Amino acid sequence: MQKTRLKRKSEYEWHIEPFGDMRVPGILFATEGLIEDMDDKVYEQVTNVAKLPGIQKASFAMPDAHWGYGFPIGGVAAFDPKEGGVISAGGVGFDISCGVRTLHTGLTRDDIEKVKEPLAHELSRKIPAGVGSRGRIHLDPQEMDDMLKGGAEWAVSRGYGTKQDLQRTEENGCMSGADPACVSVQAKKRQKNEMGTLGSGNHYLEIQEVVAVYDEHAADVFGISPGDIVLSIHCGSRGLGHQIGTEFLKSMVMTASSHGIKLPDRELACAPIHSEIGRQYLGAMRAGMNCAMANRQIITHLVRETFADILPRAELDLLYDVSHNTCKLEKHEIDGVTKSVFVHRKGATRSFGPGSPEIPEAYRSVGQPVLIGGTMGTASYILCGTERTMGLAFGSAVHGAGRRMSRRKASKQWKGRSVVDELYQRGIVIRSPSMRGVAEEAPGAYKDVSEVVDVADEAGLARKVARVEPIVCVKG
Amino acid sequence: MTGTSQEMAHIDPNPAPARWEHFPHEADMGIRGYGSTPAQAFEQAALALTGVITDLDTVDPSERVAVQCEVDDPEVLFVDWLNAIIYEMATRQMLFSKFEVAIEGSRLKGQLWGETVVVEKHHPAVEVKGATFTSLRVACEAEGRWVAQCVVDV
Repeated sequence: MQKTRLKRKSEYEWHIEPFGDMRVPGILFATEGLIEDMDDKVYEQVTNVAKLPGIQKASFAMPDAHWGYGFPIGGVAAFDPKEGGVISAGGVGFDISCGVRTLHTGLTRDDIEKVKEPLAHELSRKIPAGVGSRGRIHLDPQEMDDMLKGGAEWAVSRGYGTKQDLQRTEENGCMSGADPACVSVQAKKRQKNEMGTLGSGNHYLEIQEVVAVYDEHAADVFGISPGDIVLSIHCGSRGLGHQIGTEFLKSMVMTASSHGIKLPDRELACAPIHSEIGRQYLGAMRAGMNCAMANRQIITHLVRETFADILPRAELDLLYDVSHNTCKLEKHEIDGVTKSVFVHRKGATRSFGPGSPEIPEAYRSVGQPVLIGGTMGTASYILCGTERTMGLAFGSAVHGAGRRMSRRKASKQWKGRSVVDELYQRGIVIRSPSMRGVAEEAPGAYKDVSEVVDVADEAGLARKVARVEPIVCVKG
Repeated sequence: MTGTSQEMAHIDPNPAPARWEHFPHEADMGIRGYGSTPAQAFEQAALALTGVITDLDTVDPSERVAVQCEVDDPEVLFVDWLNAIIYEMATRQMLFSKFEVAIEGSRLKGQLWGETVVVEKHHPAVEVKGATFTSLRVACEAEGRWVAQCVVDV
């Protein structure tokens, strides 16, 4: 991206001053190096989002922003329905409520080292991953609707987890306002056999070691210290979310002009929040969010079953579950007025500061845990929201490293088997049904997650709490 | 809608009438088909779609599935066609390696041939979530040379 097109407001804040049809400025949080590396498409997409009706304050891009469809990945934008604000399927993404869940284990490296290979094997056997995998739970139409209404709460009521899990999940594991009637028969059919499956691409299940703590107080509140073993799950709403995204992307494209919305680009398809299609998307998307939370809850249950067989003394309590492809109705102060706005976070994590009622009571004094996924060979991070966060980008932060190389290029550059062998030498066990998939997900295909996290920390989007490194990684 | 100049640079000025290719996208994958008719370009793009997931040669075209789509806009019809294939792949747990398309006005009738996914045989790299409107283009580039392309979310 050309720096000359931006106005630098501070070390980490770059503005695109409004021009043409832009209603608000674009604001990017990044270092000079990250800006230089960003695709020009991010500039174009941030600018286009700023043209949409009812947008508030600014069209934001996080330090890990990259070229998405319509909205950039790493994009944050809020819309006020009272000002004709819109909702966009492309502003949430196909994988509705994709997110990261981290569990404590109560174990140390020594406990894991002895059994990491059988553990990796059993986890990959028990948790279906990759193309063509089916879960063990098959939902009939009534159960499907109950799941879409109840989310992780439904899963717990069916025996997959505990009440305490729900207290450590955003929205207490159940997104209100979900309407299964707004979800098509096709989307439900696509999900019928996919509950408790991991998916593919950048999704994973990792056993990780806490290798560094940057904020001892917050780490203490979150219950982690150096040497602890944690387990993280990264996945989303599976086929159901993908189908909802597909269908509403199209219907929003087809109806935009009838709502008098002038789209700068068709892929920016959206609908007024108060329109029939906007209402339907909200009901369906919230059902998709429940599907994602239920899915991660079921996977948690499968993980616990696996550990019970191999390491029965493990205590797999949930640290937190946070989604990074969402649209939520939230209250924010905008130009001195508190407004209820629909905040789209596409590839961006909510990062509410201390005191927010949305945060579990146990963490409320320090801020919301922000779980950032890295690659199978580098590291992931645990951060927390800060007081400053709320005033920057509606309480939002980064979500991951972001790719720096296309899948095609990565699969030409690396061989999956060599990646697995090299990581094995470094003590990391990889399990995946596809070596090409591993090559496409090679650590070198991603940006440096540490740089992205450092910028988020220094820009005030979230504060670094701990760094975790993988020991076992199960990929789709 | 047209692709960027960077993407267009990959296009061979004298391509064979029917072929497919991938084009890069930062996070996802671009698929592109060429043909002497829109229908043939759609068929070729479908091969590119399977090529995102696995090596086409490994997929035996032994079972047939029929799909239909209808929409006035040819570019939206292309997205619908790809999404119909993605839906059949997901719900039948199949991969497809042979495609036939007939387009009459706004109506598309498609046939897909393939087989059930076998991980040990197909080593599927990644699941395709859906076709997007990004870099979407269905156009006649020259006499008898059609292109159909878009980015798919993986």
